[in-house]
Amino acid sequence: MFDLTGRTALVTGASGGLGGAIATALHEAGATVALSGTREGPLQELAAQLGERAHVLPCNLGDAAAVAELPKQAADAMGGLDILVNNAGVTRDNLFLRMSDEEWAEVLDINLTSTMRLCRGALRGMMKARWGRIVNISSIVAQTGNPGQANYAASKAGMVGFSKSLAKEVATRGITVNCVAPGFIATAMTDKLTDEQKAKIDVQIPAGRMGTPREIAAAVLYLASEEAAYVTGATLHVNGGMSMV
Amino acid sequence: MSDVEDRVRKIVVEHLGVEEDKVTESASFIDDLGADSLDTVELVMAFEEEFGIEIPDDAAETIQTFGDAVKYIKEAT
Repeated sequence: MFDLTGRTALVTGASGGLGGAIATALHEAGATVALSGTREGPLQELAAQLGERAHVLPCNLGDAAAVAELPKQAADAMGGLDILVNNAGVTRDNLFLRMSDEEWAEVLDINLTSTMRLCRGALRGMMKARWGRIVNISSIVAQTGNPGQANYAASKAGMVGFSKSLAKEVATRGITVNCVAPGFIATAMTDKLTDEQKAKIDVQIPAGRMGTPREIAAAVLYLASEEAAYVTGATLHVNGGMSMV
Repeated sequence: MSDVEDRVRKIVVEHLGVEEDKVTESASFIDDLGADSLDTVELVMAFEEEFGIEIPDDAAETIQTFGDAVKYIKEAT
């Protein structure tokens, strides 16, 4: 099951812990992968680890023209684009009363608007091929909210509504559009927390621990597979039971 | 029968899976040939590719029938 041999996948934010794990999982399943992100160094390192079937496509998702080009570059490099994983995201946390227009706009632009642009760029080829998988990485905070993250939560909840609408439009064409909503995941970002802070987080999670990037990647792999053809417009929550919806 | 008509008809037949003789000049993609709204977008995309032209959205909305498509493409090429 979940064999992606012959499939081509573009993963954004692949220079980060989560994106790297997602790209690795798709690659292990046989897919050719295009790794995108802002920092070329980590992308090149990951591509070297993966070996064959890995392409590096740096892109600043704040640059609309570059974003519009990215799906084309991916399709040119890999000979097609079957699977799009919109994983890249930024945070600009601040209490809402202090949140500036810039902090709001940057998060919405990179997390939500670039997802929309990449979907638009990838869809034409998927429509023709009558096959496609779009997996958007949302977040638990889209459902639960989080103080200090009004902008981030709005962008991640926006992805869910966007994905459902797009899923309805293209379902007849063999294209599915789904979200994965991670809870707390152990990455470079959470490594910086003190043991005390980590313990406070862990008690809120029924599973008693943070998730791993690999556990998120497994959810993405499933939604990208042939076997998930009948799942569309869904949000797969991977959060150790922290929020059950 | 012109070359443009042949090429447009071929696209319509292939895409919508209809009999060639149903694709008459006045045949409406949606009302007569069973297209849904997404099919009409895909047809316009296919025309753009086949003829190397750009069909803007406001023009695409006016292309309702096979005859409309042929007329538009002849003027645009």
